[in-house]
Amino acid sequence: MEYILQPWPWYISGPCIAIVMFLLLYFGRTFGMSSNLRTMCAMGGAGKRVAFFNYDWKSHKWNLIVVLGAIVGGFIAHFLLSNPIDIALSDATVTDLKALGFTDAGQHLLPPELFSWDAVFSFKGLVILISGGFLVGFGTRYAGGCTSGHAITGLSSLQLPSLIAVVGFFLGGLIMIHLIFPILF
Amino acid sequence: MVGIFFGIVLVKSEAVSWYRIYEMFKFQSFHMYGIIGTAVITGIILLKLSEKRRIKTTEGTSLRVPLKDRGFTRYIIGGSIFGLGWALCGACPGPMYILIGTGVWSILIVIAAALLGTYVYGLLKDKLPH
Repeated sequence: MEYILQPWPWYISGPCIAIVMFLLLYFGRTFGMSSNLRTMCAMGGAGKRVAFFNYDWKSHKWNLIVVLGAIVGGFIAHFLLSNPIDIALSDATVTDLKALGFTDAGQHLLPPELFSWDAVFSFKGLVILISGGFLVGFGTRYAGGCTSGHAITGLSSLQLPSLIAVVGFFLGGLIMIHLIFPILF
Repeated sequence: MVGIFFGIVLVKSEAVSWYRIYEMFKFQSFHMYGIIGTAVITGIILLKLSEKRRIKTTEGTSLRVPLKDRGFTRYIIGGSIFGLGWALCGACPGPMYILIGTGVWSILIVIAAALLGTYVYGLLKDKLPH
């Protein structure tokens, strides 16, 4: 039990994620989290105006159940299966974040500088969360998948398009962290 | 059930943490690379094994991974746009949902924006290079 309560090392977590992917394939499904965004748009009636959302979204309802499960899993892991300890970030990361104005790095799951209500209701904070979310939603559909569909499933099945997409993920991520963050913060 | 397991794994591995994503893009820790690397290696092994053993799904069909369309432009541009957002808000679509469970309500704003992004892609799809 003590082992479960501590943060899990990468060599346990990684294979577990692969098992999630494999189980979903075994049940005749796929591992793709961003597809749910399209499904939810279609559910909301976007299919009437935009052809891209005019498809049989009801056949994708199972994936929304996976999402529901993931939310429950997040609750269980965070509130029932975790000792409150800091994230063991590298010292260099903590120092760099401090220089950007992020104090107490690793003492929360997410930085309060971005996700606390104070931050959310500041203009800058709100713009950051909205543009970040927008870029993820737009980019993932453009690329035809996200981390689960491309990085895990696509690379596991040795598909070239997924490798290109993952290179893109990193290109974008590195530009954001190394070029845009110094301007933003 | 698989979803619950997924949620637990991503929280316990700290992959849902904005800090870990920042650290990854700074190349300051092996943690995230270890997670993705071992996930892919295990995935390759599981898929190769199931191919060899001709494992069938519970629905009776042969176990197959859906193939992505060929192409370059959409993957590199779309991927980069995704990467920008991923690094900024520290969450890809899976963790976005999972974070609701951990009680971070502000993530709902990110999800709403992601839905809007997906909708706008649907609007512009035919005008974009793929």
